[in-house]
Amino acid sequence: MVKRKTTVILLLVAAVLVFLPLGVPRFYTYITALIVTMGLLSTSLNFALGYGGIYQLHHGVFYGTGAYATAVMITKLGYNPWLAYIAGPLVAAALSLVMGIICIRLSKLYFGMLQISLGSLVWAIVFRWYSFTGGDDGIHGIPAPSMIGSSKGAYYFTIIVAGLAMFLMYRILHSPFGSTLQGIRDNAVRSQAIGVNVRRHQLAALVMAGFFAGVAGVLFVVVDNSVFPDLLFWTLSLEITIMALLGGWFTFLGPMLGAAMIVLLRTFVSTVTEYWTFAMGILLMLVILFLPEGVLGKVFEIWKSRASAEDRG
Amino acid sequence: MSLDFLAYFYSPGVVCQILVGLSRTVILFIVASGLSLILGVLRIPNIAHGSLYMIGAFMAYTVSRVVGGGITGYWMAIILAPLGVALVSFIVERGIFSRLYEREHIMLFLLTFSFSLVFGDLVKMVWGADYRSVPMPTSFQGSIPIFGLPFPIYNFFLLLMGPIVAVLLWLIVNKTKMGKISRAAAVDREMVGAVGINVSLVFCIVFVIGCFLAGLGGALVAPIVNVVLGMDHTLIMECFLIVIIGGLGNIWGALLGSLIFGLTQSLGILIWPQFGIVFPYAAVIVVLSFRPTGLLRSTW
Repeated sequence: MVKRKTTVILLLVAAVLVFLPLGVPRFYTYITALIVTMGLLSTSLNFALGYGGIYQLHHGVFYGTGAYATAVMITKLGYNPWLAYIAGPLVAAALSLVMGIICIRLSKLYFGMLQISLGSLVWAIVFRWYSFTGGDDGIHGIPAPSMIGSSKGAYYFTIIVAGLAMFLMYRILHSPFGSTLQGIRDNAVRSQAIGVNVRRHQLAALVMAGFFAGVAGVLFVVVDNSVFPDLLFWTLSLEITIMALLGGWFTFLGPMLGAAMIVLLRTFVSTVTEYWTFAMGILLMLVILFLPEGVLGKVFEIWKSRASAEDRG
Repeated sequence: MSLDFLAYFYSPGVVCQILVGLSRTVILFIVASGLSLILGVLRIPNIAHGSLYMIGAFMAYTVSRVVGGGITGYWMAIILAPLGVALVSFIVERGIFSRLYEREHIMLFLLTFSFSLVFGDLVKMVWGADYRSVPMPTSFQGSIPIFGLPFPIYNFFLLLMGPIVAVLLWLIVNKTKMGKISRAAAVDREMVGAVGINVSLVFCIVFVIGCFLAGLGGALVAPIVNVVLGMDHTLIMECFLIVIIGGLGNIWGALLGSLIFGLTQSLGILIWPQFGIVFPYAAVIVVLSFRPTGLLRSTW
């Protein structure tokens, strides 16, 4: 029941996404591509945070690293863009592996804090290394291959890559590996006792989450043609955590929904008032107080209770 | 290999640079100790602490505008701004936080982040997004010679404030009944409640004291920096790292952490100006690699 409803809605959304550029102005396809990019990023965060139970507090750093690696390879090192698009996520995954090895010994909040520290280190280097990363100006006007150079091309590229990445993450989370990961989240001690290598599974989850964050970073470069140090700043990391929380962090599609809500809120509230972060703060407060399972979590809960009521009736 | 570079470090200019760095350390310590207090007793990782620091600075600006820029205005600002911040924090604590102590850390973390978003925009509404500056009272202007080089009097004053705040805080936490109860509540909240103590009130007081310190830091820093929106962003992250490397909830740990952070930063700028800001983060990584739960004993 729940599954059928979800499938129908997903197909509808996919159809809308495919035909969207035919009917609406360029601005909206840009916003939609941005939503999909942020949604992918937030889903990759949720991979580690919601499914892995790892306090990934500075996830944005992998996103920024993926974007910067791609941008630097194209503009400074003169690589073929397609090659850079593939290398970006790999660099992010490598960084994730290194940071993971350093942080994984610590638990919960300490893990998050050490990660923030390492991430801030990366941010500080990017922020100051003017000759290589453009410093606080960032890099602008990054060329894209002519095939995806137009806004329509960039849009379809984003949708297809993000869709593929989402599908891969879904498959991983519903494989034995994903079940083990959730087992570790729910009870690490017991998982250890039945012979699961907890650290190695968590590390693998971190690397994958970093990889998909890097994919989102590449998509940002394709959509926006620029990179800047705010991509790696800790406020962005908390923003994507909010997206995951708002949408529902024990659901797979929740973070995507949350990203759509936050990006739309920012786009449209900021046209009305300059105080959109105020609105976002209040919204977040209300969600934490009254809807801790997130919007999608709540929706599923209602559907399920209805379905079971129908079964009984 | 010549040792000339060592002589370079003994030069008066460098000593002055380090002393100026130390006075910045004092600000970090005052804000971080408040954060550490709240983290140690209430277990709230309070991101909004940085916003309260910013509000403290803006309130100091308002007070000095209303009273005038003289020495009276300055002292009024130093006293009234933290009290104003304490009032704000009292309302927030009673209104919202006191209902949520049982929640997961990550939820509390995000909740305080939502407060920092709201506070940020409230500051924008009240004070605007322009640069503000708080006038330095004439008696704090000028400098005194140290090794023949001028050292600003205000930085000297800040260097004195650090130990004063540290000792006062230590007295409150260790020598008063309030402090003893709060330390007990940090270890076992239910037991303290069971013997008939109003834990909720104790938590409230600790929270308000912690936020008072954030406001004090903001008011003290106001005359030497541009008071501007976003001044909290880097500071709060630095304070978090300080508290973590010092040991959660440990006041002396906050002092030690601030020293490490402030000194590596000022030395880093001397050694390699472009990447000076990288050094403190690297220091944090080194410390946490060897002492994963901080240098001094944590209350957790």
